[in-house]
Amino acid sequence: MISCEKASTICNKKQYKEATLLEQIKLGFHLLYCKTCAAFSRKNKKLTILCDKANLHNLSDQEKEKMKEKLEHNI
Amino acid sequence: MTENYLNPTSWVDNYADYLFNYAVARVSDAEIAKDLVQETFLAGLKSAKNFQGAATERTWLIAILKRKVIDYYRKINSKKGKAEVRINYSSQSDSAGDWLEENVADPFSTLENDAIENEELGLAIQECISKLPKKQSAVFVMKTIRGLSTEDICNELGINPSNLWVMVHRARTNLMGCLNENWFKL
Repeated sequence: MISCEKASTICNKKQYKEATLLEQIKLGFHLLYCKTCAAFSRKNKKLTILCDKANLHNLSDQEKEKMKEKLEHNI
Repeated sequence: MTENYLNPTSWVDNYADYLFNYAVARVSDAEIAKDLVQETFLAGLKSAKNFQGAATERTWLIAILKRKVIDYYRKINSKKGKAEVRINYSSQSDSAGDWLEENVADPFSTLENDAIENEELGLAIQECISKLPKKQSAVFVMKTIRGLSTEDICNELGINPSNLWVMVHRARTNLMGCLNENWFKL
């Protein structure tokens, strides 16, 4: 038996493929009887799918710093 | 009506990623997109006195970026003299299915909408991320978008793994709420 807190952490890890097999089994068992966590797990998975689909790009911090410098140069 | 003011010092923090996503979707080259965003900021600075406060900062910057993207395509087009368009109705002209009718777009296909929808989704997510507290968004971006390993992030931010997962959890719950409002209800 695991707590809901533990279950949510495993669920988050699972979104990044970092949960161990044992953890995943524990989570699966928890989701059988905990409706709240099951709902959270569903939504969490959906968020992962959305993020994958959106093909997000981000600038790294160094690139942003460079931009800031250039901008400040011109203010 | 609230007045809108420009605050150039926070532009990079607030809008760089949003504009970058917008640009990448249009020029599909990260380097060029980065340059366009930079140019947008500089152009924004130059014409800041013309800003009348009718739109929000972000809308205004996007409008500039749009012009920059158009300019970019004009430039590469004239440089290489590639304005010529060749239409080939089918890739193998001697194969079956050469008839125009067979190349007509499927009216029931929703595939072409996917790209548009995904881009809008990307902007919606980016907007939600920018609303997160700084630490949460930093962790979420590193983990989800830049795909760094847990260890690397912990080293860079000086936190321990359980700390990181708490942050990821809060970021994800906030994002779910935000996307529920901004994406699923539209």
